[in-house]
Amino acid sequence: MLSWVLPVVFAMVSLALILNFWSLQAGPGVPDRTLALDTMYINSSALIILYGIWQSGSLYFEAALLIAMLGFIGTVAVCKYLLRGDIIE
Amino acid sequence: MPFWIELIVSLFLLVGGVFVLLGSVGLARLPDFYTRLHAPTKATTLGVGCLLIGSMVLSTWSSGSLSIYEVLITIFLLITAPVSAHMLAKSGLHHRLEHAKQTGHPELIEEPLHKE
Repeated sequence: MLSWVLPVVFAMVSLALILNFWSLQAGPGVPDRTLALDTMYINSSALIILYGIWQSGSLYFEAALLIAMLGFIGTVAVCKYLLRGDIIE
Repeated sequence: MPFWIELIVSLFLLVGGVFVLLGSVGLARLPDFYTRLHAPTKATTLGVGCLLIGSMVLSTWSSGSLSIYEVLITIFLLITAPVSAHMLAKSGLHHRLEHAKQTGHPELIEEPLHKE
């Protein structure tokens, strides 16, 4: 059962990433694009988690954790810049 | 692998994939920034959490001991998603983005400091 569920979930997450890319190029302002990039970070870490299930390796979870962390830091830095005009005051 | 473990893992993976897809559809389709903020922060976080629970069940079964990496990623996502959503909402209000007609509380949008 897992052998056909995994490709279906791969297709769903890949479609979600394509939709995110569409809203990244369509979004009419900087906060919209930041939101789309943040969602792309989370979705690509989901894709890496699925690849880790597919390969049954434990190295991929650390990569997913790293991507999620860097995405959060990047989003907060961009928001701080948009709010204050400076990142570290 | 026993059938019931495969069933649980497949169920969690399918639910997670559906929620991730719904979050992205909401991000692409909803009318303005303040409603668009809801879809990725709630639906996508739940979807990735479901994927991680499925992965945790699978690797707990295959390694024989409780695997903790996935819990780490889940807790991290659950902590950071509201914080980044709050920062994004504040920056959207600061930039006075347009809101759709049915979005409530337009008085929250900051007044311009220098009136032209």
